[in-house]
Amino acid sequence: MATEAHGSESSLVFHPMDQFKVTPLFGDGPVHWYTITNVTLWMALAVVGVILLLVVGSRSRSIVPTKGQSVAELTYGFVYKMIEDVTGKDAVKYFPYVMTLFIFIVFSNMLGLLPLSFTTTSHIAVTGVLALLVFVFVTVLGFVKNGSKFLALFWVSSAPMAVRPLLAVIELISYFVRPVSHSIRLAGNMMAGHAVIKVFAGFAAIAAISPVSILAITAMYGLEILVAFIQAYVFTILTCVYLKDALHPVH
Amino acid sequence: MATDTHGAETHAADAAHAAAEAGMPQLDFATFPNQIFWLLVTLVVIYFVLSKIALPRISSVLAERSGTIMNDISAAEELKLKAKEAEEAYNAALAEAKAKAQQIAGEARAAIQADLDAATAKADAQIAAKAAESEKAIAAIRDGAMDSVKDVAKETAKELVAAMGSTADGRTINAAVTARLKG
Repeated sequence: MATEAHGSESSLVFHPMDQFKVTPLFGDGPVHWYTITNVTLWMALAVVGVILLLVVGSRSRSIVPTKGQSVAELTYGFVYKMIEDVTGKDAVKYFPYVMTLFIFIVFSNMLGLLPLSFTTTSHIAVTGVLALLVFVFVTVLGFVKNGSKFLALFWVSSAPMAVRPLLAVIELISYFVRPVSHSIRLAGNMMAGHAVIKVFAGFAAIAAISPVSILAITAMYGLEILVAFIQAYVFTILTCVYLKDALHPVH
Repeated sequence: MATDTHGAETHAADAAHAAAEAGMPQLDFATFPNQIFWLLVTLVVIYFVLSKIALPRISSVLAERSGTIMNDISAAEELKLKAKEAEEAYNAALAEAKAKAQQIAGEARAAIQADLDAATAKADAQIAAKAAESEKAIAAIRDGAMDSVKDVAKETAKELVAAMGSTADGRTINAAVTARLKG
């Protein structure tokens, strides 16, 4: 983005992290919680994308779908089948939540790949909130649905009695690590790819290296498209797995 | 985005901000409330768009489509059954018609045969009558011929005798010729 203001003639200047800066869209003031920033802009664009795909795309409601409607139906079917297969038929009532997560992440990731864009999902604040929402939702749902039986998730009844307390501690720790890994996986993947592309772009300043640099950027970009989708998929399927634990806490 | 933070340092007076400037903007906690607020707004908006408009619409379209496909399949099955029935009816009618045709042909053949037999018998009778008549005529002609031969023989004998210079009694000659003829 608006980097390299300070002397780029003399030597290579890398600012791979500048693209992640949260800045106000209007003016130059401090970032309050309500300030309209680039975060707001790109999240709004994600919302616009979602509406274009799922609402405008399906507006004709035709039996024989148009192109846009096909994509909308594919997305719907993809997530619906995922939650049905992974979590179970009784979990399809949570489909809108899971679909919201998936569609937001996949649109944010893909929009982040546009040149000069801002990737909201590369921020731990965003993915952390997403992961915490899932964690809190799953935990509350687990206790509401199963009561104290939800604790059976930590009590490995198939293991010998002697190791069960030890396993319970391990299970408990792994349970609380879930939101951490859940969020850092997504943010880390998005951030790393974008930073690497930026570093390659920095090398393009040297004329001799620039062809290699451009090739490398192209290759990385292809990989990043894959990563953008896969990370959304991974986040969603893990959400489904956690939901399954909440609904059927048998170990 | 186009605003690079030259003046921001003097402006913000934020330690965390300054620290993040050097490293990861992700760890600039001053921007967390902003991001979290807008994230929650975004999620709520997407959730309502999905659950109120998009998902019910798509699911109804999918249900409608699977219903239409089911209907079409059952209609096709029905039509297939009907076609089979029609084919069976056609085959039965065809077999019946064939049998009828055969019967008619047989009857016609029998009638023709009877006519033919009658005609043949009639012709045979006529032929037999004609043959008998002819035989009679032939016999009459033959008898006539025999008499003529006798007369001619007698005359000839009489002439021969006269020619040889002797006369003979007519009666004697006749007797002799008759005797000769009897052989």
